[in-house]
Amino acid sequence: MAASTEPASKAAPGRRARKGNTRARRDSRFGVTLVSPTFIVVMAMVILPVLWALVLSFQRIRLSGIRRLDVFGGEYTLRNYDLLLGSSDFLAAARTTLLYSVLGTAGAIGLGLIAALLVRSSFRGRGIVRGIMLLPYVAPVVAVTFIWQILLSPQLGFVNAIGTSFLGWDSPVPFLSQEKGDLGLLGVSVGVPTALLMVILFEAWKSFPFAFLFILARLQAAPPELEEAARVDGATPTQVFRHITLPQIAGVIALIAALRFIFTFNAFDDIYLLTGGGAGTEVLATQVYSFLNARNDVGASSAVAMFMAAVLAVFLFVYIRFFAGREEQT
Amino acid sequence: MSPPPQRKWSRYAVETKALKLLRPLGIAFFVLISLFPFYYMVLLSMREISEVIESPGSILIGIGDISFDAYDRVLRSVSDGGEGFVRFLINSALLASATVVLTLFVSILGAYAVARLQFFGRRQIHFLFLSVYLFPPILLAIPLFVAFSKLGLRGQLPVLVIVYVAQTLPICVYMLRNYFETVPKSLEEAAEMDGASRLGIIRRVTLPLALPAIAATSLFVFMIAWNEFLFALLFLVEERDNWTVSLGVSQLKNIETPATTLMAGSVILTVPIIVIFLFAERLMTEGLTRGAEKG
Repeated sequence: MAASTEPASKAAPGRRARKGNTRARRDSRFGVTLVSPTFIVVMAMVILPVLWALVLSFQRIRLSGIRRLDVFGGEYTLRNYDLLLGSSDFLAAARTTLLYSVLGTAGAIGLGLIAALLVRSSFRGRGIVRGIMLLPYVAPVVAVTFIWQILLSPQLGFVNAIGTSFLGWDSPVPFLSQEKGDLGLLGVSVGVPTALLMVILFEAWKSFPFAFLFILARLQAAPPELEEAARVDGATPTQVFRHITLPQIAGVIALIAALRFIFTFNAFDDIYLLTGGGAGTEVLATQVYSFLNARNDVGASSAVAMFMAAVLAVFLFVYIRFFAGREEQT
Repeated sequence: MSPPPQRKWSRYAVETKALKLLRPLGIAFFVLISLFPFYYMVLLSMREISEVIESPGSILIGIGDISFDAYDRVLRSVSDGGEGFVRFLINSALLASATVVLTLFVSILGAYAVARLQFFGRRQIHFLFLSVYLFPPILLAIPLFVAFSKLGLRGQLPVLVIVYVAQTLPICVYMLRNYFETVPKSLEEAAEMDGASRLGIIRRVTLPLALPAIAATSLFVFMIAWNEFLFALLFLVEERDNWTVSLGVSQLKNIETPATTLMAGSVILTVPIIVIFLFAERLMTEGLTRGAEKG
């Protein structure tokens, strides 16, 4: 990123032009000065670490060897990636991550959309209701995961207490530590990944306010005339929603979907705190942590993390290629 | 079945009636799922653990049964047999405040530049911000963990401040830039005519006008820093004296702690955030969604 001088500086015949020119150059220099602290911090704390992680992922490094570590020296090897691709744990975690991100995102957007439609037109106490619906998103993740853990606990959990005394469950369900459970529905028993389902539900619950907030803002900025006209023409509420409302909010939903997918894909806290990655809920982020912490293997954990970044880079490329252009037109 | 011409009308009537009925139910459902877990947390934190085990399904508590023992245990210092949360509260408050001050200082300058000045790399800077969100925090955590371990600085709070500043900068620049763009250019130009310098204009014209946005952004950063868990866990876990409240609560679980104590810790962790949020909800959500309204 070498700063080449502006081509405009060559041609400056008139006095006015020269004056405007120095002004532009002064602005440019000032702009660079103002933005440089931001640039330096992001560079030092994000870009350089990412590059270094890339280097680490090609090295054999254990945590115990950190103090003697020679930053760029040492041998380079493909061992870490080799190990991963042959590991069934890694492939399972990759699958779980994808499932968790897609379903968690879909759940959050579904709930958020319904909530936004419900709260859209005004009623008494609407401001308070809106504020309450944002709570799951703003509350500390450590606190809400523990509340869920206790609500779902087999011994003293509220959900199991209700289930066993009112809903006729035979025994308490260990929601967060059961890998496979049977769900009896209309006499048919279906096998379900209980714990994974719970962390997906948690993700949908915690993040629906995010979707809700943005969809609501978009809905309230939309002109009401279109929907009124459709209603006058005899369109039913679902028809109005399908043909008038939905096209107007499709852009913001696509944007939220992309953001939520990235955030959920990267999320570590929720699953680490809810299940510790056990009972079939190990995702890539928790695997990175356990490689680093339990196995002390910096190289392997970097390789998993680089894989995550690569997946997201591909995702972002596809998104920008196919969606971003369309948004600008609408 | 009614004949076709009436069916269209009846679909309209059925849908309208159903929605009229379902809407309050839906709103009640969302209020319930959003509020109940927090109510349950407060309730549990004030009950005796023996009662909770006996009747986990009860969601009411008599005034006489309220007990603050769990809070007492959480807040008392370690030397008095407690968990020492007062210390963690101070750490969290210092950490979050320092993050706010530093992030604001850096992001105000950056946001002003992006909003107002034509400079080399202005368009490219967004890719830099994007990278903060694209790369998993856990990916950044590995090299930062290694680097700060090597330097022997890992357990220090100021190190965490820098990490948090980097994590919150992009959203701050984004929020502030949106606001700076709404400040009329003519005001700044008038000040320039009067001979004010660029920095003087920022300080005396732009900043006072952007005060609501700056307040909203500060609270936002404070919340993010207060709630943060991953970096606190990785960097501080071995230095109990430097623990944040989030980390403190998460570590309560490792030792055999009754659920009531866990919930008391969670309440202490959550209350400051809820207070800030109640106080400034409008301010914050408007700053965040300003860009979204256009589509």
